[in-house]
Amino acid sequence: MKSSNLRRFRILFSAIVLICFFAIFLDFRNLVPSKYISTLLAFQFIPSLLKFYDLRTMVTAGFIAVLILTFLSGRTYCSFLCPLGIGQDLLSRIGGKIKRKFRRFGFKRPFTILRYTLLAATIIVTAVWGVYLLTLLDPYSIFGRFMTYLGKPVGLVINNFMSWLLHKFDLYTFDHITIKGFQLLTYTIPVLFLLLIGSLSLTKGRLYCNMICPVGTLLGLLSKISILRIRIDESKCTKCGRCSVGCKSSCIDFLNHNVDVSRCVDCFNCVHICQDKAISYGVVRLGKKEPEIDLEKRKFIAGSILLLLGIPQIIRGQEKSVPSPKKASTVKENKTCPVCPPGGISIEDFNKDCIACALCISSCPNGVLQPALMQYGVAGIMQPVMDYHKSFCTFNCTRCTEVCPTNALHPLALEAKKLTQLGKVNFIKDNCIVKTEKTACGACSEACPTKAVYMITYEGNLLIPEVNNEICIGCGHCEFACPTTPYKAIYVDGNSVHMAAKPPQNEKAEGVTPVEFPF
Amino acid sequence: MKRRDFLRKSTGAGLAAGAALSLGGYDRLWASSPGGLKYDMVAIMGGSPVAMFDLGIQELGGMGAFVQKGQKVLVKPNIGWDRTPEFAANTNPGLVARIIEHCFKAGAKEVYVFDHTCDNWLNCYKNSGIEKAAKGAGAKVVPGNSENYYQQVDIPGGIKLKSAKVHELLLSTDVFINVPVLKNHNSTRMTSCLKNMMGVVWDRGYWHSNNLNQCIADYALFEKKPALNIIDCYNVMVKNGPQGVSKADVVLKQSQIITPDWVAGDVASAKMLGVEIEKIEYIAMAHKMGLGNMNLDSQNIKRIKM
Repeated sequence: MKSSNLRRFRILFSAIVLICFFAIFLDFRNLVPSKYISTLLAFQFIPSLLKFYDLRTMVTAGFIAVLILTFLSGRTYCSFLCPLGIGQDLLSRIGGKIKRKFRRFGFKRPFTILRYTLLAATIIVTAVWGVYLLTLLDPYSIFGRFMTYLGKPVGLVINNFMSWLLHKFDLYTFDHITIKGFQLLTYTIPVLFLLLIGSLSLTKGRLYCNMICPVGTLLGLLSKISILRIRIDESKCTKCGRCSVGCKSSCIDFLNHNVDVSRCVDCFNCVHICQDKAISYGVVRLGKKEPEIDLEKRKFIAGSILLLLGIPQIIRGQEKSVPSPKKASTVKENKTCPVCPPGGISIEDFNKDCIACALCISSCPNGVLQPALMQYGVAGIMQPVMDYHKSFCTFNCTRCTEVCPTNALHPLALEAKKLTQLGKVNFIKDNCIVKTEKTACGACSEACPTKAVYMITYEGNLLIPEVNNEICIGCGHCEFACPTTPYKAIYVDGNSVHMAAKPPQNEKAEGVTPVEFPF
Repeated sequence: MKRRDFLRKSTGAGLAAGAALSLGGYDRLWASSPGGLKYDMVAIMGGSPVAMFDLGIQELGGMGAFVQKGQKVLVKPNIGWDRTPEFAANTNPGLVARIIEHCFKAGAKEVYVFDHTCDNWLNCYKNSGIEKAAKGAGAKVVPGNSENYYQQVDIPGGIKLKSAKVHELLLSTDVFINVPVLKNHNSTRMTSCLKNMMGVVWDRGYWHSNNLNQCIADYALFEKKPALNIIDCYNVMVKNGPQGVSKADVVLKQSQIITPDWVAGDVASAKMLGVEIEKIEYIAMAHKMGLGNMNLDSQNIKRIKM
């Protein structure tokens, strides 16, 4: 490919990728088939790595493709596939429009200690304790949370405006969707990250990717041996410095004709900018000198890692045993365990693999998945939890298990999901309308898809619910439908390990096709 | 027959004219029911839902007796559950489509279909087959999933239900056709005409927690009444209603009931389902409030076997 077309190709490709990511997170009508979503997410580094670790089949090894890509071409992943990176490029462009200063980058020294410390810490914490730091720092997850917590409401506002506008013309193409937020506290982390990444990308290009992002740092390390790289032809270069000023990664030391490949994200802006045609992208020339080893630096890194190792210990200290009991908020609803989404297998398993990208939360057609605050303990913050006061898990649906990129939610066939018991139903007779008001209700039993909640005779003509936990699947429809306040008369208590529900036994109804009118 | 009908109608009208001012009894129905109908109720047995409807509506003088040219019509089936048609948890989609076609043939300007579903509305609309069938027949299938579509109305005289938020289409259309599917119901014993109205209001929880049977009867006081109730009794869910667990809950009754009187419709439904009328409390309540006639004996019913 001609060098001048490289940048154009990158912009086109990344724009398509970003639009796809927007589409899957804003797809509130579930129009995108989940196989396309899986294909798109298969090449997200961290989700794919976690999925591979869980399943150990090469089919799920999209991260290996990313590693090979990096070995061949450098950090192209960061410019072509990473939605957070592409999004930052977009912001960077906007920043440049706001103030000229914001698009004049220039060469800067790398934050070597900080970035390698964060990388090491992430690797060690993940290997030893769990996904906590990945949850926080995986770029795809960060992007997912931006979209779900902040982007989707904007999408819904636009949808509702369209719905209102078309409604004037008696058209119902767009349906109005009530925007329901999450608990305020769950916005803390996404908003802090948005402020950090947003301000950095507006003013300083890809500094976040080269200073904090562990995936960027890891791929940067591998880039040091990559085959294709940005090269500066010393004979042609007039040292005008344009490339360095235009480099989002601040990695071109034009005076020494040196490009820091560990930070270069292959955006090809420099190739485009260079008027001397001195910069090209091609196979690297060998014969570079080894950089000197700085022992002091290494000691510092080692010390930092040791310090960071302590953090998860503190987290674990505050964490109660998994499953963490939900603080009993009422005397009557005695929930001892949160309800984890279908396909989670057990809360312990699920908490291990979920990096809280919030795609399931965004995709759930019923809005029953909510980001957890403390339901799973500190470590499970932002992971999805079923909230049956908000909604219920609809019987004929496996959407969350289909879209999960890390296999934290294992794929479930619909028939299997219908027999997966997420929790067990509990009936509190003293709260029930039928007992307290002596009037008919039955909202719970009506809602139950398996008739684990059924009605038996009570006083006079009244019927009152009774429950059968063997066939209950813990979908929460009864709890959601129960009209009593403030405490429900029926609720689902989570299973810390999902169980198999018995299939409902249903005998053939008596009755024949009438031959005479009964009236 | 014609002479007898004429006499009966005249007596009815006379009674209504005399009694409407003072009495609140079921006689009010006679005053408000569309004039010129040959029968109070048509019941058909033995055909497909579509064929039975074609025959039944013809006996009532065709859809033109209910829908005038240029009118907007609301057809309100039961689409409450995310179940496929064989479960009979929702109204038969073929019947819904046929009714829409008749409306258009009578000159309707627009026909709308919606329900405030219990399950996820997109799934209900899709898996019931009703969305596709209704769209195919030319109707507008409208969402009922957001409070935005509902407007507060008063229910004068309601004992428990004094106001409700009803779907805007109920207010903006000229003709309202109620198309319930007859089913067993776990707490009210039966769902048919009156109970189907829980799908036009937003806050069903209020009904459940404030004497469900009384609220069902109270709602029938609301001024916008169905011009026609077309009760789908083809496949009937006789237990585990209103959602059903499997096809084992269904019995083929192969019938249909068409009547402007929803209380009478519910009584006939109850007999079809084989439930004692006394057990279905809202029927007697609605009758007492003068919202319909629960005495089928005094009605002119056309019974057709196909």
